[in-house]
Amino acid sequence: MKHFIDIADLERHDLESLLDEADGFVEILERPIPKVPALRGKTVTTAFFEPSTRTRLSFERAAKALSADTMTFAPGTSSLSKGESLKDTVQTLEAMGSDLLVVRHRAVGAARRVSEWTSVPVVNGGDGAHQHPTQALLDALTIRRRFGKVEGLHVAIVGDIRHSRVARSDVLAFSALGARVTLVAPRTLLPVVTDGWPVAVCASLDEVLGEVDVVYLLRVQMERGGATVFPSLPEYVSRFGMTRQRFAALRPEAIVMHPGPMNRGVEIANEVADDPRALVLEQVAMGVAVRMAVLFRLLGGELDE
Amino acid sequence: MSEIVLAGGLVMTVDGPVEADVKVVGENIVEIGRKVGRGDADVLDCSGCWVGPGLVDPHVHLREPGQEWKEDIASGSMAAAAGGFTAVVAMPNTEPAVDSGHIARFVADRGRAVGIVDVFPAGCVTAGREGGRLAHLDELWAAGVRVFTDDGPALFDGGVLRRAMEYLGDLGGVIAQHAEDAGLSGAGQIHEGEVSAALGLMGIPAAAEEVIVARDLAVVRLTGASYHVQHVSTEGTVELVRGAKADGLPATAEVTPHHLSFDHREVLGTDPAFKMYPPLRSPDDVKALRRAVADGTIDCIGTDHAPHAAHEKDVPFEEAPRGVIGLETAVGAVLGAVGLGPEELFDRMSVAPARIARLSDHGHLLERGGPASITVIDPHVEYVVDGFVSRSANSPFLGRSLTGAARHVLLRGRITLRDRKVEA
Repeated sequence: MKHFIDIADLERHDLESLLDEADGFVEILERPIPKVPALRGKTVTTAFFEPSTRTRLSFERAAKALSADTMTFAPGTSSLSKGESLKDTVQTLEAMGSDLLVVRHRAVGAARRVSEWTSVPVVNGGDGAHQHPTQALLDALTIRRRFGKVEGLHVAIVGDIRHSRVARSDVLAFSALGARVTLVAPRTLLPVVTDGWPVAVCASLDEVLGEVDVVYLLRVQMERGGATVFPSLPEYVSRFGMTRQRFAALRPEAIVMHPGPMNRGVEIANEVADDPRALVLEQVAMGVAVRMAVLFRLLGGELDE
Repeated sequence: MSEIVLAGGLVMTVDGPVEADVKVVGENIVEIGRKVGRGDADVLDCSGCWVGPGLVDPHVHLREPGQEWKEDIASGSMAAAAGGFTAVVAMPNTEPAVDSGHIARFVADRGRAVGIVDVFPAGCVTAGREGGRLAHLDELWAAGVRVFTDDGPALFDGGVLRRAMEYLGDLGGVIAQHAEDAGLSGAGQIHEGEVSAALGLMGIPAAAEEVIVARDLAVVRLTGASYHVQHVSTEGTVELVRGAKADGLPATAEVTPHHLSFDHREVLGTDPAFKMYPPLRSPDDVKALRRAVADGTIDCIGTDHAPHAAHEKDVPFEEAPRGVIGLETAVGAVLGAVGLGPEELFDRMSVAPARIARLSDHGHLLERGGPASITVIDPHVEYVVDGFVSRSANSPFLGRSLTGAARHVLLRGRITLRDRKVEA
């Protein structure tokens, strides 16, 4: 594995071995001194060309827990505002001594392009509405640690699937690991074509509530101008929001997940967000572990215990 | 006067194809026959080749004035000659746009000064291509413009389209439309379908093209003016054009070589060399386009040659400018995609586009006394596309194998291409 760009590039056993590795890092992160010298001397650069806090911090935390050095590229204060191209920017970061680039960019395929322009491993931190593969890994790890498996579980992914790189990554990862996936959204928020996707599609959240193990809520992207894709926020909540009533209709062992940041009171009710069966913070914690696994794998580190 | 003999090809004459030599003296054809006298003539071997009227491209972007780093009239003319063309219609989306007489004259004059291919400027329909008030149509007409288009944005306002059609109908020009409904195409990047869904790229539905063509054809019915659909990309548009022709409307259509050659699955690798508008469509659309070229529903080939500099395309797909070059690969691509015979090929790439664009000196089947603007096509030559005469190289055919290319070209008796080498 030279890069980590698209879940579609991975076989089931690749996913499972990364999850196994991440399990080990969860254990390391729970130690009094949550740090190993595996990547000492390596430099991990986060190059985020669109705003992000949690993903960038999570990668930096993961790199530091492996004793790598980190560099942060922040577009607001950079040469990008002077018109420098993406290609020149990433080649500059490589020339400064980056051993690995984590790239987030609003354009689909950006991380793939970057991997063609540089010689160091590239991790996709999100490319447009296409892929966010470490998010899929952390979601899969969260589910696997909760249920002991992913195989055979039924996962409903709810909301703006059309514009979501999280959904595109999760669908591939969950189905590769043997889960059943149902997409729940109005037509305006579904991909225009889902033929050939390993999913079922349902226009009603209420219909699937009693049969799912995981409800994965996507963020309503308010900045997208929701009014053109659904009539109003209250109408969205009435059909697709995880209200207290809907939460009560879930099977008792079912869990609720969300990639964050949450819109409380929109896709997830305030009380549901704080319920122990909403694993949002657990997902964040697992994010550090899976990113450690990816960095460790790509940089060929050794665990010297 | 110079004498040239095109020796031993299959010649497209007004009386049909014949195996013959063609003798050219000065600017005209003086003899078509077996074993014409060669004397001191410059003899060009045409054995195994098709000899027909010089190719005409009704849709190119030469980028001059204003964007000469991508292409200019000199480099674009060389690329045209390399592709086998003797005439091109240059789109008006330059900077400034060709919306008044002096800018059209500048383009035509530059073409004449370069002298490798006849450059006919198309003119804008509206001032500054803004879709509002009409451009200086009379001035453009007086400067020789016969094709009017705002190519790029569609003429969106039906009332403006109607007035332009009425006004130009009196003069005799043709309105060419880049059919794309801005609302339906939205932030779309590629064809709306399984590829756009998988990649998370916003899609441009086929309907974005079809609603404009359907509306325009209704206005053609109202005004009786000549109308030309640029770069047809969908099966639905083909059917609309077919129906309009059956009803006797003065409607014509073109298709690009790349829309005949590729479908949207090429975009899965997000290579910006496959980014153009309209986008590459579904395999069914490609099949329908090929059939429509073969049966003549689509009248002609227009390359939509749209050069962009390497650094402009060396970016992520979504940020890349739209458009690909096409002049130099047109013959090979069309022959590979549709498998036309010689008469059909010269019809779709010379006779028909010259007629549609009102180019009276081009597109004439060969005859004694006729103009010696001639293209010799070798339909058998196999080659890998590995470089371009054009200033830009943004081609989806780069690295691909093609069969068939222009071998020699004469523009009014002057050799502009000899054995696939441009003679500037």
